Amino acid sequence: MVKKLLTGNAAVAQGAWEAGVRVVSAYPGTPSTEITECAAAYEEIYAEWAPNEKVAVESAIGASIGGARALAAMKHVGLNVAADPLFTVGYTGVNGGLVIVTADDPGMHSSQNEQDNRLYGRAAKVPVLEPSDSQEAKDFTKLAFTISEAFDTPVLLRLTTRIAHSQSLVALGEREESELVPYEKNAAKYVAMPANARKLHVMVEERLQKLAAYSETTELNRIEWGDDRKLGIIASGAVYQYVKEALPNASVLKIGMAFPLPKQLITDFAAGVEKLIVIEELEAFMEDTIKSWGIPVVGKELFSPIGEIFTETIKEKILGETAPRLSGGENLPNRPPVLCPGCPHRGIFYVLHKLKLNVSGDIGCYTLAAVPPLNAMDTTICMGASIGVAHGMEKARGKEFSRKTVAVLGDSTFLHSGITGLMNTVYNGSTVTTIILDNSITAMTGHQENPATGKTAKGEPAPSVDLEAMVRACGVKRVRVVDPFDLVATEQVVREEVAAAEPSVIITKRPCILINRAAMKQPLLVEKEKCINCGICLGVGCPAIARKDGKARIDSAQCVGCGVCASVCPKDAIVSREKDGAER
Amino acid sequence: MTKTTNILIVGVGGQGTILASRILAAAAQRIAGEVKVSEIHGMAQRGGSVVTQVRFGDKVYSPIIQPGAADVILAFEKLEALRWIDYLKEDGTVIVNDQALDPMPVSASAAVYPEDVIGKLRQRAKQVVPVDALSLALAAGNGKAVNVVLLGVLSQFLAGDSALWQQALAEAVPEKFLAVNQKAFASGRELQR
Repeated sequence: MVKKLLTGNAAVAQGAWEAGVRVVSAYPGTPSTEITECAAAYEEIYAEWAPNEKVAVESAIGASIGGARALAAMKHVGLNVAADPLFTVGYTGVNGGLVIVTADDPGMHSSQNEQDNRLYGRAAKVPVLEPSDSQEAKDFTKLAFTISEAFDTPVLLRLTTRIAHSQSLVALGEREESELVPYEKNAAKYVAMPANARKLHVMVEERLQKLAAYSETTELNRIEWGDDRKLGIIASGAVYQYVKEALPNASVLKIGMAFPLPKQLITDFAAGVEKLIVIEELEAFMEDTIKSWGIPVVGKELFSPIGEIFTETIKEKILGETAPRLSGGENLPNRPPVLCPGCPHRGIFYVLHKLKLNVSGDIGCYTLAAVPPLNAMDTTICMGASIGVAHGMEKARGKEFSRKTVAVLGDSTFLHSGITGLMNTVYNGSTVTTIILDNSITAMTGHQENPATGKTAKGEPAPSVDLEAMVRACGVKRVRVVDPFDLVATEQVVREEVAAAEPSVIITKRPCILINRAAMKQPLLVEKEKCINCGICLGVGCPAIARKDGKARIDSAQCVGCGVCASVCPKDAIVSREKDGAER
Repeated sequence: MTKTTNILIVGVGGQGTILASRILAAAAQRIAGEVKVSEIHGMAQRGGSVVTQVRFGDKVYSPIIQPGAADVILAFEKLEALRWIDYLKEDGTVIVNDQALDPMPVSASAAVYPEDVIGKLRQRAKQVVPVDALSLALAAGNGKAVNVVLLGVLSQFLAGDSALWQQALAEAVPEKFLAVNQKAFASGRELQR
């Protein structure tokens, strides 16, 4: 059998393919994005980028009701957006198998919080599976479809960053085509109005009982008796691997089905060991349930609900062992991520910083403008929040506050959930200026298409949303389009629109430099004799500029000649190579 | 049961740590029964500090290397070698590209790049191998092949003959870049140290 090194995400896509999945819908979000990118590469799978996670889950629900096996994928906070359809499809159940993948991010490598989405499984009363490596990511995905159809339920497959982005060997299988389940009108099942939902809820509770019984016998949950029966560990997901490494002799109850938990299996395991410890990242999800059954167990007394747990954490907390560590010593300078050289967002944030505006920000690459030297973001809450937050600020502090405030968000974020906020500003009469950073791609997550880019997830041509027409249709009368590399025009437009006491939208239009390499120009250089070392160019926060020997210096290997630094230089010391010739 | 080998690859987003880890993983699959690789995508791609962990042996559970457990730290940039030094085993080896890339706080004069990084590494680690990888990459025909030069140096410390490493290169590197990367790899593998 062929074994291939795959990320957990690629393994989920492979599992979906092998399970005969026909439809995949998603919105990009680290660490989940590659599931859909990989799925899109299979000819037999229709895969799409939806405008947001709610639409993605609705699309997958439609495919399921239509009789196909369908999967929706998102990062943990995406499930907040999709919670509404999740809770109701938890009642209606499925036709073709339906799996929703949530990729949680303990440690917040790339997220605004570290919520534990196992809680959603319990709240929506749907089963939760947790793989612990790539092979299981594939196997559990396939099994999730079987469970979904056998129990008439959506299944939540919960990954974490370490599962999604770690690679391990996976035995590849063949695709088993699943026939479309016939579509039959069944309003009592699929029309979730009160009279139907009351009956559905009874079925949901019965289903939970059956799932709990299944959890007792499924191979997803298994006891691995070790030489040591003094210590019994319950663990799932990535933590299971750390436990096996840290405590090779311990007895382990490996949980693959985190909800509902197997009460009898856990009771038996507890009876077979002297001390029972649950090791789980984030919430006391398993621990609370086990304690509610009256089984003595230790968990969060030892392991923090904050951040990740590692092998060394387990060794320290349980064995009291700490490995000798070398020290890097003195305070080393940090190396935070930065906006790329030639990033079209740099100019607009330089202007917002210069004008000392309040900036209600949003989620994307441009969130990096919150850190020095740009320091040009005051709030970032969640996808699309920038406009609603700026609106609320005005309602709290009056229209004058909007004369020194802007809402800023990207094209993909605007389409995700910013547009509803914009409608609100018009409808409820605030005078917020919204800046849409249109870089023609969903950049932060690694360049995915969206409804305004003119291409599908499969790379095929598609109609594209006209952002300008769209905001006008929302009732915004003042709409301006500006090139963010043109700092003079950008500053002028921002000044005018912020001053205007009515809702306005500025679209800064320039594609992400990484998808528009044709726009890269000859690197610029600093004429040393003209440079007065004022440091203004360093304020644009470009990684290609540094101060060397009392002068600004441009790294020709990184510079793409965008000219933003040149336009802020008071001495015109930054010039093109064509003009000046030789390198300094 | 043979012990697990732990390699920590560190550098700056954009330096090609991902390709290096792919080639290493392809080689490791031929050397050992089990391989695990861990990367973090997302924010770290934008010029930030990046780390990739590669582990291989008969049985590997965690994809993550514990502090104090790396056999080799392969550093594409000097400061990053120092930053991650607590992951090195007491008798481990640091292979370090003798190149400094200023992080934003240094460019913006908010922090100072430490002096004599190689010396500081030598104070801490038993074996430090500084490599002028940029010159070797340029000599091989492409300054961007720094990653594969360093991987060539790393291969001196690992199992696998030249043929095995050539297979790994051919598997992980796109055809049109293969020749230059083979040259870059050879210059690292043959480097006298």
